[in-house]
Amino acid sequence: MSSIGTGYDLSASQFSPDGRVFQVEYAMKAVENSGTVIGLKGSDGIILAAEKLILSKLHEPSTNQRIFNIDKHIGMAFSGLIADARQIVQIARREAAEYRQQYGSSIPLKYLNDRVSMYMHAYTLYSAIRPYGCSVILASYENGEPVMYTIDPSGISYGNHGCATGKAKQSAKTEIEKLKLGQIPCKELAKEAAKIIYLVHDELKDKNFELELSWVCKDSNGYHERVPEVVFQEAEKAAKQAMEADSESDTEDM
Amino acid sequence: MMNPPAFWQNGPAPGNFYSFPNMQPQMKPEESRQHSQGPVTTSTSILALAYDKGVIVAGDLLASYGSLARYTNCPRIFKVNNNIILGASGDYADFQYVKEFVEQKIITEECLDDGLFLKPKSLYCWLTRILYQRRSKMDPLWNNFVVAGIQDGQPFLGTVDKLGTAYTDKVICTGYGSYIATPLLRDAADKKPQLTLDEARAHIEKSLEVLYYRDARSFPKYQLGIIDVDQGVSIEGPLEISQNWNVAYSIKGY
Repeated sequence: MSSIGTGYDLSASQFSPDGRVFQVEYAMKAVENSGTVIGLKGSDGIILAAEKLILSKLHEPSTNQRIFNIDKHIGMAFSGLIADARQIVQIARREAAEYRQQYGSSIPLKYLNDRVSMYMHAYTLYSAIRPYGCSVILASYENGEPVMYTIDPSGISYGNHGCATGKAKQSAKTEIEKLKLGQIPCKELAKEAAKIIYLVHDELKDKNFELELSWVCKDSNGYHERVPEVVFQEAEKAAKQAMEADSESDTEDM
Repeated sequence: MMNPPAFWQNGPAPGNFYSFPNMQPQMKPEESRQHSQGPVTTSTSILALAYDKGVIVAGDLLASYGSLARYTNCPRIFKVNNNIILGASGDYADFQYVKEFVEQKIITEECLDDGLFLKPKSLYCWLTRILYQRRSKMDPLWNNFVVAGIQDGQPFLGTVDKLGTAYTDKVICTGYGSYIATPLLRDAADKKPQLTLDEARAHIEKSLEVLYYRDARSFPKYQLGIIDVDQGVSIEGPLEISQNWNVAYSIKGY
């Protein structure tokens, strides 16, 4: 950030001489400060997993959730500022409801993605407002086809087979690339997702975290919901075992 | 020499308005009539009976245009959630409008993911508020709604009419059924306060048959909604009313 203090970072509506919009880049920094969130495409649906960092022991479990329902068939996970993300959730829900009212069917994710990303993009255009400090992952399972998009604070969106945002997005992406995306059934993929979240979690910097897992797939009848307790326990167990096996092999190396 | 037109030619008499050329004469209040405050495409009675462990609701599939049997496949009993069945008689378009926003309410609620679900008493109360507000605007939704459900493990049965009048009872019939079927079902419910599902079903079917003979806006195809403490919600149909018109031959003298 060599350009800090040059005066071009005070407004989202002004370019720097080398063609950057600093406020948007700072918003992306805000995203990188929060826990990792990943989305994986399976053969029969999509898994969303979040590393929810617990900032205080005094918080109740399952407060400040990182994964939301947008409509019956759409889930959204985010990393970044939670209050910003909640507003995006609200907007997305409203768009989904409006589409349903107008067309009498549930909104295809393609359209929801367009509308939400346009909305986020609009917040990068004016000097009076700041961009959203969050990236979101949208997931659905439509007509037997898993669909997933990510949207950045800049308003750019990508369709994905697998994606990661937040603190450890780089190492998470490396892990995700090892998987055969689009081929593993969701029940198995839940374990892989849990493993990756446990693996990329940095014990030294952040002590406690809570794993969040949701899916939208054939097993859930195309509904987006938190994975059933059984699947969750299995996934978490697999992740913990993998971590233990990992640390054992580490000590052997030494 | 030309005579200039009089200064106030064709003008209004003092205290009156100017009458513009080519204006249609104003309609007198007693000649005007509002057309939008009556039912258009209507459905007939809904029958409902609470039994020991649930509620049973029945209604035929006909939507009439005046006395014309216009549409013969119009379901008007639907599952709201695992706690509630909603049935409606009266204007079919108004019913569809209400159905739409009730369903959106349920989706919005499911999105919250807090493990709480709408209960029948709440829906009953909400509908009462809506219908009362609409009649107070002199623009009522032209329906009788029957809310059946399980409230805290107990059967619930209530109704709201287009004026917002609401009551709960073990026997509720709307429309022509309130004259023909209510006495039959009340009699059955009084004779045996704790009916079983099979008994309740038999009484409802008998009442439907009687009603079919008497009500010229009824139809032999019907739906049956059952909500049970143990078995949950089921909507059956289309079913056929058993009928026997042999008695017609013995009627003479017309």
